[in-house]
Amino acid sequence: MSEIVKGQVQIKDLPPHLQRKLRRQKIVPSLKSKKLNRSVAGNALLFTIMGICAVFMVLPLVMIVNNALKPLDELFQYPPKIFVRNPHLENFTDLFVLMNTSWVPFSRYLMNTVIITGLGMVGHVIIASLAAYPLAKHRFPGMGVLFGMAVLSMMFSWQVTQIPQYAIISWLGINNTYWALVLPAFSFGMGLYLMKQFMEQLPDSLMESARIQGANEWQIFWKIVMPNVKPAWLTLAIFQFQQMWGNTGSLFLRDEQLKPMQFALQQITAGGAARAGAAAAVTFIIAAVPITFFLICQSSILETMTTSGMKE
Amino acid sequence: MSVMTNPSAAGKYRRPSLWATLKKHQASYLMVAPYYILFFFFTVLPVLMSVVVSFTNWNMLELPKFVGWSNYTKLLIEDDIFMTSLKNTLIFAVVTGPVSYLLCLLFAWIINEFNRGLRTVLTLIFYAPSICGNAYMVWNLILTGDRYGYLNGILLKLDIINEPILWMQTEAYILPVLIIVQLWLSLGTGFLSFIAGLQTVDKSMYEAAAIDGIKNRWQELWFVTLPAMKPQLMFGAVMQITQSFAVADISIALAGNPSVNYAGATVVTHLLDYGSTRLDMGYASAIATILFLLMVGTNKVIQKLLGRVGE
Repeated sequence: MSEIVKGQVQIKDLPPHLQRKLRRQKIVPSLKSKKLNRSVAGNALLFTIMGICAVFMVLPLVMIVNNALKPLDELFQYPPKIFVRNPHLENFTDLFVLMNTSWVPFSRYLMNTVIITGLGMVGHVIIASLAAYPLAKHRFPGMGVLFGMAVLSMMFSWQVTQIPQYAIISWLGINNTYWALVLPAFSFGMGLYLMKQFMEQLPDSLMESARIQGANEWQIFWKIVMPNVKPAWLTLAIFQFQQMWGNTGSLFLRDEQLKPMQFALQQITAGGAARAGAAAAVTFIIAAVPITFFLICQSSILETMTTSGMKE
Repeated sequence: MSVMTNPSAAGKYRRPSLWATLKKHQASYLMVAPYYILFFFFTVLPVLMSVVVSFTNWNMLELPKFVGWSNYTKLLIEDDIFMTSLKNTLIFAVVTGPVSYLLCLLFAWIINEFNRGLRTVLTLIFYAPSICGNAYMVWNLILTGDRYGYLNGILLKLDIINEPILWMQTEAYILPVLIIVQLWLSLGTGFLSFIAGLQTVDKSMYEAAAIDGIKNRWQELWFVTLPAMKPQLMFGAVMQITQSFAVADISIALAGNPSVNYAGATVVTHLLDYGSTRLDMGYASAIATILFLLMVGTNKVIQKLLGRVGE
């Protein structure tokens, strides 16, 4: 190896003026153009568009953060200022006081949220993965129709099915229980879709060797497939969390003791000017929690999304 | 290779019976069962029920009565508000659908030029609005109709306007403003799919294309990148289309339901009006059925069109 290198002249060993000459004559690739086909004008144009749009996108989020830190007099200041001058945490302490005066203890609302989102996430990941495995790796009659139905369900939104769903939930007798929110969420179409697409990437040999060693399909699913699709189940969990997080449950849950935190928070934001400070803190919390979860899991989510593509 | 390796002896020459098929693929069917039982109860059955109920008169208290096509004729001929809301929804769909789709693609494409750290930050900035729940309520503060509103404050300061504008109470502004807010919210799952898709395009394809005479980034985008990420383009289209037909929450939160002269009414707000306020389930179901047909029909057409890209 070293003999070969000795025999060659390395570009970086040449005197600088010779290096420059070779680059100018395009005998050796230029240092600047690391990427192909990128003009300076094009870069400038696109990055300017990008910059303007990024400011537009981020400004409301910046306002949410700043408002949460503004004292009351700054919240009602004229003319309004986006950035806070004397940041402090009074809004959060106000919110805390408000929470303690609520009829149902706030810890109860928090518990409900944890149960509903937790159950929704775990149940969805398990049930959707269990169905995705045979759809991705087995061949059986009817699989095309089953998968096609799940894809079709992504083509309309939940509002379409809302009224009959309400009637069905009443008939099943699960109205006013956690199940009314959680069970429909288990069969969320996109979760099955993403999981199946991701599982298709697993090499068949992985399952084949387990089969030869005598493992049955359930063991293969649990011990071979699931540990290998961790990014996908994290993604499903996060997407499910985003769906469940905003749910106030007011349609199905009548008992105050069963309602999730989102409901209590919304009551506070509806409180008008007197509670503007606490409301700003609420908005901050509502936005910050899902963003934080996304940030933690973003590499897994992007890895899963690479397989999200649809065939005709 | 099939999962169960011992086909029934009879199955070799005759078509196997239903029972034999079930038995042979027992594990597969048992695994999909929990999901599809729930899917049946909470998706398939509701869609079918919605169609059936749309031909009845049902207030959820008495038994439904069959009324034929009357809900549909009333909806399509007599109901002016439905026509307004349908028009608004189509405007939303035609504007925000393609625009948000192109923005998703454009931003994902530009973001892909940056290094890893900056890419993460920019992805977060653009994706965040779509996941932060009802934090879009912050737009209420921006659009407040008096001088305390941020937008009015800025415009007054710059002397562009002389007196505050009642953004959400003026018919002419409601729809354009809602479209802008919807665009702000719309870089969701489709956007992530594009970002991820762009990262998987094989780098050597760009080098090969450069040798073949691709001269600039626009040609590269059209001839190399887009064909390579066609599956993601299909997925993104479904996400953006469905979303743009379902606009309702922001309209209700910012413009109210009903909004001034129904300027912010959409098919979904109309559906909610009849479904949860007036409890006229037959009528609401007719609206839901039309919405279903609109969404699925548009998706199918767009899938067909996108299928031709690069052919």
